Amino acid sequence: MKVPLSEIAHTRSGDKGDTCNIGVIAYHERDYSVLLREVTAERVKRHFGELVKGQVERFELPNLGALNFLLHGALGGGGTVSLRTDAQGKTLGASLLSLEIDISEKPLAERRGA
Amino acid sequence: MIRIANGQGFWGDWLEAPVRLVEQGPIDYLALDYLAEVTMSILQKQRQADAALGYARDFPPLVARISDAIRERGVRVVANAGGVNPVACAREVVRLAPGLKVAVVLGDDVYPRLDELLAKGYEMRDMDTGEPIAAVRDRIQSANAYIGAFPLAEALGTGAHVVVAGRSTDTALALAPMVHRFAWKPDDLDKLAAGTIAGHIIECGAQSTGGNCQVDWQTIPDMANIGYPIVEAEPDGTFVVTKHAAAGGRVSVDSVKEQLLYELGDPRQYITPDCVADFTSIRLEDAGRDRVRVSGIRGGPRPPTLKLSISYANGWKAIGTLVYSWPQALEKARAADRIVRERLRGLGLEFDEISTEYFGVNACLGPAAPPNPDPPEVQLRIGVRGAHKRAVDRFTRELIPLVLNGPPGATGFGEGRPVVREIVAYWSALVPREEIVTRVEVIE
Repeated sequence: MKVPLSEIAHTRSGDKGDTCNIGVIAYHERDYSVLLREVTAERVKRHFGELVKGQVERFELPNLGALNFLLHGALGGGGTVSLRTDAQGKTLGASLLSLEIDISEKPLAERRGA
Repeated sequence: MIRIANGQGFWGDWLEAPVRLVEQGPIDYLALDYLAEVTMSILQKQRQADAALGYARDFPPLVARISDAIRERGVRVVANAGGVNPVACAREVVRLAPGLKVAVVLGDDVYPRLDELLAKGYEMRDMDTGEPIAAVRDRIQSANAYIGAFPLAEALGTGAHVVVAGRSTDTALALAPMVHRFAWKPDDLDKLAAGTIAGHIIECGAQSTGGNCQVDWQTIPDMANIGYPIVEAEPDGTFVVTKHAAAGGRVSVDSVKEQLLYELGDPRQYITPDCVADFTSIRLEDAGRDRVRVSGIRGGPRPPTLKLSISYANGWKAIGTLVYSWPQALEKARAADRIVRERLRGLGLEFDEISTEYFGVNACLGPAAPPNPDPPEVQLRIGVRGAHKRAVDRFTRELIPLVLNGPPGATGFGEGRPVVREIVAYWSALVPREEIVTRVEVIE
């Protein structure tokens, strides 16, 4: 069953220069394994398309049921150089919540809205 | 146990927050973070124009406003409000709040020492690009070393009511009271890492108490009176994140997790002047209403280098907007963009970048924005940047004429011509920490 990432996770994003970081946090730590499998660096890069000029790195925080992504070259130069409305990448985390993920293995009762 | 609160996440944060923190309940230390990377260059320019300026000017009046709490209840303030002129900042605090003792931390400002450091052979290569700093030497506007918690703790050791630093790290403002009160040593690595992470959780003010929080954001209580975060720190390095009960907002495991992930790089390598904190060791626990207990934190030894925050002039930019309304709002805006670009080409103007966004369609998310083919209104937003101020200035004349000589129905030009701004860019580099010697001066 395919659902948007927003069904199982929330996010916060911010900037470090021209790199945007997105923290993806499972609402329930039991869903961390779904994040690990479904939210790969490749899929995050594909989601943002040409918005991300460089590589996407992924770091794991199993203790928080969370992943941290670094999107390099994602902010039009970053900081004061960038001409973009969202030069700090504040909105990119919420955008990632529309990523479609597969939660077929989850029991029906655990699905939000089920 | 000591209570450390953060009342400003950046210069420009809510002015009422620190006042509420001292009025609505007990705190022992009030940390105030004023400095972003580019703030230092603005302050450097202000100091060049007037030797008595160059610090966060909001700070002395704030201290005066809460001076009763400082005098009568012993609340002590730790702030990096000093910018590039911490002594002048301290003098203004003492002038506005007579009787207060202010300790100033000096030694972070290496702007006057850049040629000395270059002569010693430090190339100060940019940490992102690897380029030696010589490439921008003549355009540098400020240069400061990030200093850690120990110089601030030394300042607290003078008994001062208020500690004023220049470019201290944001996390040091919260860690310093713990180092001071619990007598932590430089090799107490797990404790220093815990205090650093406590600092990270509160350094952005209300971002850990329900501000900018996605989880059930519609039900977060009384956001108009949102409380700023308080850490209840124990000598063993564990702590509770909370807020005053009378204030709005919500402290939850979710809100704390969001802030932990904010502006994070490699979670195992959170590098500060005091230690390297490991975010994968953090344990969070719901400890009751608006209380989250944090424990388990591990840390590694501090690096042999300190990071420099350097700002330099890097050209000019301007951003202008026009609004197009239904019908064919997006089509009209796209046509206007093509016309502006053709006119700029026709004028022979050169830019490093011309960037166009359609506000209401793709401004925030670019190609990742959901399709919106027929929006009722669109704001065309064109930005340019380049080395030549005249070219950027000429661009600012090319938008408003479209109201009469472009596609129909343009409006929203009431703010007039776009403003040309100098781009002050950021350069970070490392130097051996022995090069940075701090000292504390008391002013009263």
